[in-house]
Amino acid sequence: MNITLKIWRQKGPNHVGAMETHKMTEVSGDMSFLEMMDVLNGNLIREGKEPFAFDHDCREGICGSCSMFINGEAHGPGRNVTTCQLHMRSFKDGETIHVEPWRSAAFPVIKDLSVDRSSFDRIIQAGGYVSVNTSGETIDANAIPIPKHDADEAFDAATCIGCGACVATCKNSSAMLFVSAKVSQLSLLPQGKPESKQRVIRMVDQMDLEGFGNCTNTGACEVECPKGISITNIARMNRAFLSSNLTSK
Amino acid sequence: MALTGLFLCLFLVGHLLGNLQLFVGGEEGREAFNNYAQFMTTNPLVKVLSYLTYAGIIFHIVDGFVLTIQNRKARPVKYVVEKGNLNSSWASRNMAVLGTILLVFLVSHMQSFWYVMHFGDIEIVDGVKDLHSVTVDFFNPAINNLAAVMTGLYVFAMLSMAFHLNHGFQSAFQTMGINHPTYTPVINFVGKAFSILIPAGFASLPIYLFIIQS
Ligand code: HEM
Ligand code: SF4
Ligand code: FES
Repeated sequence: MNITLKIWRQKGPNHVGAMETHKMTEVSGDMSFLEMMDVLNGNLIREGKEPFAFDHDCREGICGSCSMFINGEAHGPGRNVTTCQLHMRSFKDGETIHVEPWRSAAFPVIKDLSVDRSSFDRIIQAGGYVSVNTSGETIDANAIPIPKHDADEAFDAATCIGCGACVATCKNSSAMLFVSAKVSQLSLLPQGKPESKQRVIRMVDQMDLEGFGNCTNTGACEVECPKGISITNIARMNRAFLSSNLTSK
Repeated sequence: MALTGLFLCLFLVGHLLGNLQLFVGGEEGREAFNNYAQFMTTNPLVKVLSYLTYAGIIFHIVDGFVLTIQNRKARPVKYVVEKGNLNSSWASRNMAVLGTILLVFLVSHMQSFWYVMHFGDIEIVDGVKDLHSVTVDFFNPAINNLAAVMTGLYVFAMLSMAFHLNHGFQSAFQTMGINHPTYTPVINFVGKAFSILIPAGFASLPIYLFIIQS
């Protein structure tokens, strides 16, 4: 198939970017979107031009690196997929495809399609952990019985890969889906309970400090999330945030 | 946002129930409505409630504006192509626009009725201010040559309210942390019904008054 690509080109964090047009011929429908980008970059390098910078790592939907806003949607068309899991057969022959970076004040562009998501790391550092003694006397996690329902919900929340599609998609650039998934994953389990109050307050405070917007419950995040994280987690976090603020000293 | 929004929803119910008396015709209807209006402007309990409502509206608007400005700032460079319609409802993405329409409506509405009732040149009938005639005449094309336009604008404002509530009602519960496999579908259903019935009820009055008088 033949396609026309319009891809965001931006030299660096402080440069103004613009869309750049490239035509591609003989694209196989079985290529993943990233393989198509590799071919394009190969062509550019052979022509002595600058290839496009983009993040990728696992190429199997588990690392969350491959941040691309394709044709107006995070990770492009299709539900529950990352960009690396998106195939070119999802597009029509002759289609024009727009490729942009995640756009959010809290995710500054490093170069082209590559953005700095260390704001997520700082939110995790603020409270996304359990303080367990690992001196050699560690208690086996399985020694503590956990209701099946809680375990299932915690596991569902834990499938978040920190890709940032929720922020990229949200019209307010809110990080509530990501943060609520991380809060839920830990707070639903017994090991996470002792720190649950301070965790939710610290993580939400850090989220606000990073310049993410406020959640207005449009629900776009859960539709575009490659892991199907539900906004039920956001309600749970709102509940926990409110009660933790009311009851913590 | 959620608390003030839901409080305003309660206000809407009360306000609509009062207004529906306008459907009662003749002298009887006029008397009942005017006595009700008199009660609403003089009763001390209602006064307290009305100040609470003003505070609620102001807080809701200020909070709404602050949120909207922060949220715009959170994305300084916009997408070239963005397809929000594939993942969210139109109302949910346009709450600030819908709210602003409501604000403009509110100012004009207060000027037409509240201001006239409190400070305007209004006739006294049977010892009470005749707000009934003010209201009925407002939508009478023989008296107010803008009656048709006003009826249209009222219906438009109520349509905006329908969309604002369509997202807002259910959203307020999510904001307060209420999301449950059994109750949330009920809340969503009540929200949808509320967002259709209440604005429809309000809009029916100017339409009715306009039609019977033209
Ligand atoms: C006077 C003009 C009004 C303005 C400027 C306004 C503005 C806003 C804004 C900006 C939002 C939220 C932002 C968002 O979700 O995107 C909002 C939410 C909401 N509004 Fe209004 N609004 C107005 C009137 C009303 C009225 C009259 C009612 C109800 C009777 C109402 C009920 C709600 C509810 C329930 C929410 C959702 C709260 C939440 O999700 O936490 N609003 N409004
Ligand atoms: S919640 Fe979903 S969209 Fe957001 S970071 Fe996690 S996996 Fe990505
Ligand atoms: S490259 Fe790892 S999720 Fe796409």
